[in-house]
Amino acid sequence: MTHTPLTQSLTRPASFTGATTDAFLDVRNLSVKFPTDDGLVSAVNGMDFALERGQTLGIVGESGSGKSVTSQALMGLLKGTSAQVTGQAMFQGKDLVSLPESAMRQLRGRNIGMIFQDPLSALHPFYTVGHQIAEAYLVHNKASKKQARAAAVDMLGRVGIPSPVQRFDEYPHHFSGGMRQRAMIAMALICEPELLIADEPTTALDVTVQAQILDLMSELQQETNSALILITHDLGVVAEVCDDVLVMYGGQCVESGPVDAIFYDTQHPYTLGLLNSMPTLNSSASQLNPIPGQPPSLLDLPKGCIFSARCQYAELAGDSVCAKQRPELTVEEGHGKRCHLSGPQLTTIRTSR
Amino acid sequence: MVLLLAAVSFITFMLFQLGPSDPAAAACGQECTPERVAEARVALGMDQPFFVQYIDYMRGLFSSRMIGAPGAQTLCEWPCLGKSFQTNENVADIIGRSLPYTFSMAIGALVLWTITGVGLGLLAALRKGSPVDKFIVGAASVGVSLPIPVTGLFLLLLFVNQLHLLPFTTNEINSPFGPQGPGAWVANYLLPWIALAVLFSASYIRVTRTNMIDTFGEDFIRTARAKGLAPRTVTFKHGVRAGITPVVTMLGMDIGLLLGGAVLTEQIFSVPGLGFTAVHAAISGDLPVTMAITMLAAFFVIVANVLVDLAYAAIDPRVRLQ
Repeated sequence: MTHTPLTQSLTRPASFTGATTDAFLDVRNLSVKFPTDDGLVSAVNGMDFALERGQTLGIVGESGSGKSVTSQALMGLLKGTSAQVTGQAMFQGKDLVSLPESAMRQLRGRNIGMIFQDPLSALHPFYTVGHQIAEAYLVHNKASKKQARAAAVDMLGRVGIPSPVQRFDEYPHHFSGGMRQRAMIAMALICEPELLIADEPTTALDVTVQAQILDLMSELQQETNSALILITHDLGVVAEVCDDVLVMYGGQCVESGPVDAIFYDTQHPYTLGLLNSMPTLNSSASQLNPIPGQPPSLLDLPKGCIFSARCQYAELAGDSVCAKQRPELTVEEGHGKRCHLSGPQLTTIRTSR
Repeated sequence: MVLLLAAVSFITFMLFQLGPSDPAAAACGQECTPERVAEARVALGMDQPFFVQYIDYMRGLFSSRMIGAPGAQTLCEWPCLGKSFQTNENVADIIGRSLPYTFSMAIGALVLWTITGVGLGLLAALRKGSPVDKFIVGAASVGVSLPIPVTGLFLLLLFVNQLHLLPFTTNEINSPFGPQGPGAWVANYLLPWIALAVLFSASYIRVTRTNMIDTFGEDFIRTARAKGLAPRTVTFKHGVRAGITPVVTMLGMDIGLLLGGAVLTEQIFSVPGLGFTAVHAAISGDLPVTMAITMLAAFFVIVANVLVDLAYAAIDPRVRLQ
């Protein structure tokens, strides 16, 4: 598949720390904690990132690294639950964290759209696909049902669903997986939101359909010049569509930067592990290289580097600093890393693997 | 459905044949000579072989037929369900007389327990974990363990005997459209309604609560919120419609059962409905009456099940035939 980078629409490169306050989306020190019977679960711990219109930010990490929780916090979907969301997320001059639910509801769907992982469970089984899309249009637009229907049919056509007039009146269970995700995208985009959050949009789809969906999202993003946050664990997807990447581990950003820097100038052992664990065409199944160990318990995060327990290079930093002290996110030329190892050390590790 | 009814009627008929009571002896009364018992048996048609009796009986469901001893036959008009062994009254008339009482009692109780059960269950689900939720769940546990005789007698004692707020149930009112008007109808049946509602709404609360909590955790609810829909739309349009199907199933079952006669409730409140009539008929070995009420109850259960299926199709498009 081909992908045209969307750099032509960039006004300014994304920056991850020390961002200018007038960024389109500016997230500062975002944390999410869930009180449970066993204690406080720290799902997201101090995330900082910024995003401009027309750009795509990929958030990558294992299951349980806090990717989805981050997106739900931005969408305000955690409001009204027991989750404790702190920090700041400035979007169009409003702080999404402190915004009351009623005001947040005005933004949802209209200014921020969201695409979910499994389109079958994310679509309501009892309403027609068209009805659900038109409903999204009607919430934020003063329009008649007829106008909403026309808008929904138009949108179904734009996302590549054949004979949209007929498909409008069909139910989600009549659609194939790829078609459902197209419908989901149509629903998220019908009000042309400036920010689109896609939470593993291709994970539930088979590989040939994945590429089509990614192409479609890129196309529509270019048309509307919206900002896209793509949450995924698939580094292949990231390489295809993202401008910038943020690697999450244990609810923290461990590495961030432009996509090329992340792939070709990797600065964190965890990112290296992720890249290494990707199977290639000329490796057999027995040659898979997983990262040993398990992600840390979010109930009781280690005092030192969150990744130190699984990091095979921790002793290189010396003085067991990795186990004792949590590294800060250091940024050089837009490339941030949260690691005690020095740049030359990491370069040696990367080239010797 | 027709097959099911035929099977139910056949089994009921057979059970009575095997039963220990002799309707002929009962019908001819005390101080009865064996000759008169034999006459009574012929008059009731019980001298005939089992299958002949059964087929005769079933014929009456489709047309009028002659009934009684040869030479002394009377016409039993369609729908002929036989004549009571006790009073020689047409069974269809007995049922026609009892049915309005049962309907009166069922309909109010049904409305009352559906509203309280689903309403409180939904409230508990929306406030999951809160004191409101805990109170409702606790109340439901108490309600489900209160049998009708306890609540019924307690309500009668409190509202009729002590507070004199409500009249004791009377046989004169069996419809809101009667001469006494709907107010009197409600007052007359309010206590049985409450007694039934306390018992039934408890299980509706629990089923509604569990299902709604599950439904509110579904992905499509998150999608609905992500669209920016109002909380009310999310709860009712997207939530309740998806989570209500088990309640519909329960409701269908309960409607069927209740129309077959709420035996205990009718006894306690002296409502001469189907359940009341059935108990008396069964005790006195009045085969045609018991038989008819059993079949009617089965019919109601079957109809209710068909209605549930139709309701399912209305709620869930995946169930609809293409």
